Amino acid sequence: MSIMRHATEQPWLPSQPNTNITPLEAPVLVAEHLRKDFPVHGGLPFTRRRAVHAVEDVSLSLRPGRVTALVGESGSGKTTVARLLAGLYAPTSGTIRFRGDPLGGRGGISPRAYRRQVQLVFQDPFASLNPIHTVGYHLSRPLRVYGHTRNHDEETARIESLLERVSLTPADQVMRKYPHELSGGQRQRVAIARALAAQPSVLLADEPVSMLDVSIRLEVLNLLLRLKEEDRIAVLYITHDIASARYFADETLVMYAGQVVEGGPSEEVTQRPRHPYTQLLLEAAPDPDRVAGRRAPPAARGELPSLIHPPSGCRFRSRCPHAMAVCGERFPAPTHFAQDHWANCFLYQDGQHLDAPQPAPIQQTEVTFDGNA
Amino acid sequence: MQLVRRSASDNAEAAHRAAETTSAAQADIVLDVRHVSVEYASASNAVRAVDDVSFALARGQILGLAGESGSGKTTLANAIARLLRPPARVVQGEVLYSPRPEKAAGAREAAPAPVDVLALTPDELRDFRWRRLSMVFQSAMNSLNPVLDISAQIDDVLQAHAPSMGRKSRQERAVELLQLVGIAPDRLHSFPHELSGGMRQRAAIAIALALDPELIIMDEPTTALDVVVQREILAEITDLRDRLGFSVIFITHDLSLLLEIADRVAIMYAGRIVESATSAELHAQPRHPYTYGLLHSFPKVRGQRITLTGIPGSPPDLRALPSGCAFHPRCAFAFDVCRSASPELLPSACGTRSVACHLYDDPDSASSPVIDLSNPKPRDVPSEASAGTAPTGDPQ
Repeated sequence: MSIMRHATEQPWLPSQPNTNITPLEAPVLVAEHLRKDFPVHGGLPFTRRRAVHAVEDVSLSLRPGRVTALVGESGSGKTTVARLLAGLYAPTSGTIRFRGDPLGGRGGISPRAYRRQVQLVFQDPFASLNPIHTVGYHLSRPLRVYGHTRNHDEETARIESLLERVSLTPADQVMRKYPHELSGGQRQRVAIARALAAQPSVLLADEPVSMLDVSIRLEVLNLLLRLKEEDRIAVLYITHDIASARYFADETLVMYAGQVVEGGPSEEVTQRPRHPYTQLLLEAAPDPDRVAGRRAPPAARGELPSLIHPPSGCRFRSRCPHAMAVCGERFPAPTHFAQDHWANCFLYQDGQHLDAPQPAPIQQTEVTFDGNA
Repeated sequence: MQLVRRSASDNAEAAHRAAETTSAAQADIVLDVRHVSVEYASASNAVRAVDDVSFALARGQILGLAGESGSGKTTLANAIARLLRPPARVVQGEVLYSPRPEKAAGAREAAPAPVDVLALTPDELRDFRWRRLSMVFQSAMNSLNPVLDISAQIDDVLQAHAPSMGRKSRQERAVELLQLVGIAPDRLHSFPHELSGGMRQRAAIAIALALDPELIIMDEPTTALDVVVQREILAEITDLRDRLGFSVIFITHDLSLLLEIADRVAIMYAGRIVESATSAELHAQPRHPYTYGLLHSFPKVRGQRITLTGIPGSPPDLRALPSGCAFHPRCAFAFDVCRSASPELLPSACGTRSVACHLYDDPDSASSPVIDLSNPKPRDVPSEASAGTAPTGDPQ
C-alpha cells in the first residue's frame, strides 16, 4: 500500500514508569464516584423498576502525557465509563471535572466546550466512519464545528497536516478517498486524526486496536503513544487485553462488573497482581512461552454475574476462590501497597498480606461456585 | 509433513525430534492437502486467495493455521470442507482423506484408500461432512439457530447424517454430548440467547462432535470470547482431543494462543504457507521474517519486556500482489531475488520444519542456516523498517 508510510516510528519501546523523572502534572480529567444504571424496560407493572447497574462507584483521573488503561472483560462496564467520560451518557450519580470545572450544571463547562477537549476513538473503524463521505470531509467537520479554520485553504492545509501526523501519506490523495478504499488500520488512523482535529486534551480510546490485525495493532498504538508525547494528551486506553496494557499504559485500572478492583502502575499491576480477578485475567491471557503446555484452566470459572441483580458487596465473590463471608457484606475499601498500587480486596484488609509477594496461586484452589448467579 | 532431507551435521536433538515427528506423521495421516489453489473469479482477473498450499495432518494432531485477515486461512478451510461457493473455486490440488481403519473395516477392506475430498459426489459429500469432518465457526451466535433449542439443533445433525438412529438414542446422544463439553444436561432445552457466549461455543463444539468425526476445522472458535472463557474453551478442546482422538485444524490470527494449543503451526501470508514447524520450534526460533514479525507484534504478560518491532506496512492487496515473494515490501531482509522469484516452501535440514524464504536458499548452508532475525542486515537495501536491536526474550 503506497499511501501508508512504512513505520519509521519508534519501535514500541516498553514504557518505563516515568513517575520518578518528572513530578506528575495535575490531572486534566477527574471522575469521582461515577455510577450508571440503565433502566430495564418491560417487567410487570407496579413492580419496582429494574435497572442494569453497569458502573458502580468508579473514580479515575487522567493526566497530561500519560496513558491510563482500563482493563476488563466484556460487560465489565469499561465502555460505559468511556461514554460517561465522553459526555454521551449522563451519569446516574457522581461528577466529572475537566480542569476543575464540573461537566454541565451551573458554572460548569458547557457540553460543547467539553467535547472539544475530550474526544472519543471507537473500536470499529468500519462503523465509525460514514461510508458516503471522503476522508477529507470527515476531518473537515470538527475543524469547522470548533472554528479551528476560517477558510477553505486553511482547512485543506490543516487536513493535510492531520493526515501527515497519523502517517497517512500522500495526504492530498488520502483526503479524497472513501472509507472503503482504506484498510482497517488506515481507517483507524483517520478516526484518530478526526479526534485530533478538535485539538483535544483528552483522548478516550475504546478498544482502538481490537478489530485490527496483529501486525497493524502495534503501529496504531505507537501512533497513539507518539501523539501523547508530542501533544501531552491524556489517553484513556480501554482494552480487554491486559498484556497490551502492560506495554502501552503508564497506569492500569482493572474493572470487574462495574467496579474498579485494582489499580496502579502497569508493571506493578501486571507483575504483582493483588486482586484475585486480576490474577485470573493474567492467568487466562495467552502466553506463548507456555508452548503447547497442558494447563488446568484457572480455578475461577464462570462468567460475569447478572448486573440487574449483582452480588452484594464485592461482585467478584461469586467466582472468587478466596471468597469470605465479609465479601458479601460490603465492597472492600482500597488497600495500598508499594508504588501507588492498590486493590479493593478483603484479603489484604487486615494488613498481614501487605508484604507478601503474591497470594497463593489461584489454580490450586477448589471451585465450588458456578458463578452464574 | 514434507519430504525429509537429512544432513549429518544436524545436531542430535533435532534429528531425534525429526525422527519422532516424521515417523508418527507418516504412520497416520488423516488429511493430506496437496497443492491446493483457490481463486475468486472477478470481472477483470481472478484473485488467487490460496496459492499452492500443501500440508499433512496427523491423526490426533492440532494444526494451527495463523495469518492476518486476507491471508487465505478461512478460504483454505472452506476449500477442505467443500464449502466454497462461486465466485470462489478450487483451481488445482487434491485433499486426500484417509478414513480411520477400524471404522471403515465393516464397509470396506482393511486398508482404506485415501479419498479425494474435492472429487466427492454430492451423496458422498453428505456422508463425509459431519461424520468425518465437522466445523466450528467463529461466532456461535451466528452458527446456532436462534429459534431452535439446543436439543433440536443436535437432533437435526443426527437426523440428517445418521438416519439410522432412533429418537430415543438421539436424545441420549444429545445429553451425552452436552456433558462431554461441560454443559449441564438441564440446559438441553435452552435457546441460544439463554446461554452465555462461552456456553454457546461449547454447544457449537458439542454439535461438531455429534457423530464422532475424525477431523474438526475450528475457524477462530474463541475470537469473540473473553480471555477467561477462551482459556476454558481451549482447555476443553485439548481435553476432548486427548479423549476422543480427533484432529483439529485450528484457525486464528492470534499466534500467541496458537503456540499454546497447537502441535504444529503453519503461517500463511497472501495465500501461501510461508513457514511450518512445531509450536516449540516456531516459538524458539522463527525462520521466516514474517513469523518473526508476528511473534514480536504482541506484548507478553509475563517475563522480561521485549521490544516489540512489529511488521511495517500493511497486508498486500491480493489483486495486485508484489512480484516475487509477496512479503518483500515489508521485509527488512529483502534482497534482489525476493523481488523476482517467489520462494518455495522447502523443508529445512532438520526435517521437521519448512520455510519459504530466499534467506535459506543458499545450498552451501543447507545444514540449518541460522539467521539472526532480530538484527536485519539486508544485503542491498538500507534498513529503516525494522530496528530490533534490543535483547529479546527468546531462548535462542
